[in-house]
Amino acid sequence: MTSQHTIRRRMAATTPVLLALILLAFVLAALALGDRAIARMAAETLIHVTMVVGFWVFVGNSGVVSFGHAAFGCIGAYVSAWLTLRPDMKATLLPGLPEMIAAADWPVLPAALAGGGAAALVALVTGAAILRLSGIAASIATFAFLAMVNTIWANWTPVTGGTSSVVGLDRYVTPWVALGWAVLAITVAAVHAASASGLALRATREDEVAAAASGIDRYRHRLLAFTLSAFFCGAGGALMGHFIGVINPDGFYLSLTFLMLAMLVIGGVGSLSGAVMGVLALSIAVEALVRLEKGVTVGAATFALPPGSQEIILAVAMILILIFRPAGLMAGREVMLPARWVAGRASRET
Amino acid sequence: MSLQLLFDALALGGIYAIAALGIALIFGVMRLVNFAHGQFIACAVFALIVPSTDALAVLGLGALPAPVLVPLILLIGAGLAVAAEALVFRPMRNASPVALMVGSFALGVALQNLLLVLYGGRPKAVSLWAELGQPVQVATASVPLLQLIVIAAVAVILAGLALMLRKSRLGLEMRAAAEDFTMARMLGVRSNRVISGAFALSGALAAVVALVLVAQTGVADVRMGGQIMLVAFIATVVGGMGSLSGGVAAGLGIGAASALLQAGLPADARPFRDAFLYGGVILVLLFRPQGLFAPVGAKPRV
Repeated sequence: MTSQHTIRRRMAATTPVLLALILLAFVLAALALGDRAIARMAAETLIHVTMVVGFWVFVGNSGVVSFGHAAFGCIGAYVSAWLTLRPDMKATLLPGLPEMIAAADWPVLPAALAGGGAAALVALVTGAAILRLSGIAASIATFAFLAMVNTIWANWTPVTGGTSSVVGLDRYVTPWVALGWAVLAITVAAVHAASASGLALRATREDEVAAAASGIDRYRHRLLAFTLSAFFCGAGGALMGHFIGVINPDGFYLSLTFLMLAMLVIGGVGSLSGAVMGVLALSIAVEALVRLEKGVTVGAATFALPPGSQEIILAVAMILILIFRPAGLMAGREVMLPARWVAGRASRET
Repeated sequence: MSLQLLFDALALGGIYAIAALGIALIFGVMRLVNFAHGQFIACAVFALIVPSTDALAVLGLGALPAPVLVPLILLIGAGLAVAAEALVFRPMRNASPVALMVGSFALGVALQNLLLVLYGGRPKAVSLWAELGQPVQVATASVPLLQLIVIAAVAVILAGLALMLRKSRLGLEMRAAAEDFTMARMLGVRSNRVISGAFALSGALAAVVALVLVAQTGVADVRMGGQIMLVAFIATVVGGMGSLSGGVAAGLGIGAASALLQAGLPADARPFRDAFLYGGVILVLLFRPQGLFAPVGAKPRV
């Protein structure tokens, strides 16, 4: 007979598969429309899925809001740029790079992995300090970390190019590449959430004291999740750089932080499906608003929203969600197959 | 040189302390980390000038004489904060501190973009009280008049607030609410009045910071509240969340540290001053995670 526990585990295992299928359908639908702008929007959405799912690995499981994950995107994007730009370009654009990096001419995939790896390494070191703090103080410390990275990146001109942009990144990110990363992120996030460490981390989220009394080392599990989540934010940042082709420190500062938080909060921070659905819902809404800002012609009249109203509408939507549906669109539920589909024959007979 | 440095440190630290107080007041009564505080500052700055997207700013309210202008801007700051409380934070009264924090972040983004729509994204030159920039000789140092006024104003505001918190009924209620909000309500403290009062005070303090910033830099920029808000957050965390005097002390300390770093760092490292500052703060928190002056009530009880 299949036990209740096995059924639950099987149901949980269907979540990443279903989410991957939803994203696949999203890409196919976007490509079927044949519009270049829509295909670009799809790729950007999937990059955001990679980053927000990474973000969720920490925020969703630990319950600590981080304002610092955009900085990991920044680190990933620049590391990938350092490794893939042509050496002669680097000699003129970024003369301060160390010899080894200046001569590097890596293929794009190892560079994206290195970007994520570098972000994870930085997360391991800073997280070791920041995560000793409790809830709100930790959140503010991550904010200080974000500002610190931005200050360094904006001023260390010989190495990062300062506030002027680094240009000429190989634009290899198609919707399919982004889909691959997004599915990888979702799979890893689901495996982590189902692991003993993920469970322990959620226990500390629900009740810190009870978890500690049960012998859970909060700090260790948080640090693991922080590092893992930084990897995907870093890789997502690298993808973003290679998607736009131009990077600059302010592209990975407050507005990206806000966008990632808004996606997570609107989708629902309580579940992996919430993270993915939040990105999809918000990306589609943003695309619609951008088109409205350009103007929509109905008959003879043209309606257009004033520029800048997109952020205002998003912010107001976020506040309304926080007031009226604080758990987000998915309200902590996961997308999964119903129990009777995964139960197997034995349990159906009993 | 050293006297000069002392004045720099006091003026900068004073502003940080006022900003930190604005954040600590609200955190004390409702456990809200107000990420919109920087935008309250920016809104008070832009209230001085006539809305337009031109590069040249036309002073609207800012052209009024100072005895009218200062109370008016303080009122605008307070009004904005009270309105924000009524529209956004009152419906979220029972939400978790994390949700409140995210809500205030969203409010900040909305306000910032509202300013962008109304005034355009480019920084504008504003000359408010330009005559205060002239230097005054104090012993061996030559100090801008404005700096002296700022230091005096900060001292008066801090003393006035301390007096108000100790002596007035509202002050007593606020301190009681900061200590234990539920208990205070049970003993007859009206929560709406206390919270609105805290927001009004906080908004007025944001307006003070705004006036000083404009007079000092001569620029109105949509993003100008952000950096000072960050420092104020750090001051409240370092000072111990919810401790008003701790926040003020930490604000002064951070101002002094950044004035010292500005003077003491080699020229190459100077652009990274803020990075050193934030790094130092994370270090302080490593050794005292609850802050330097944590109130007794801050420790979560089981």
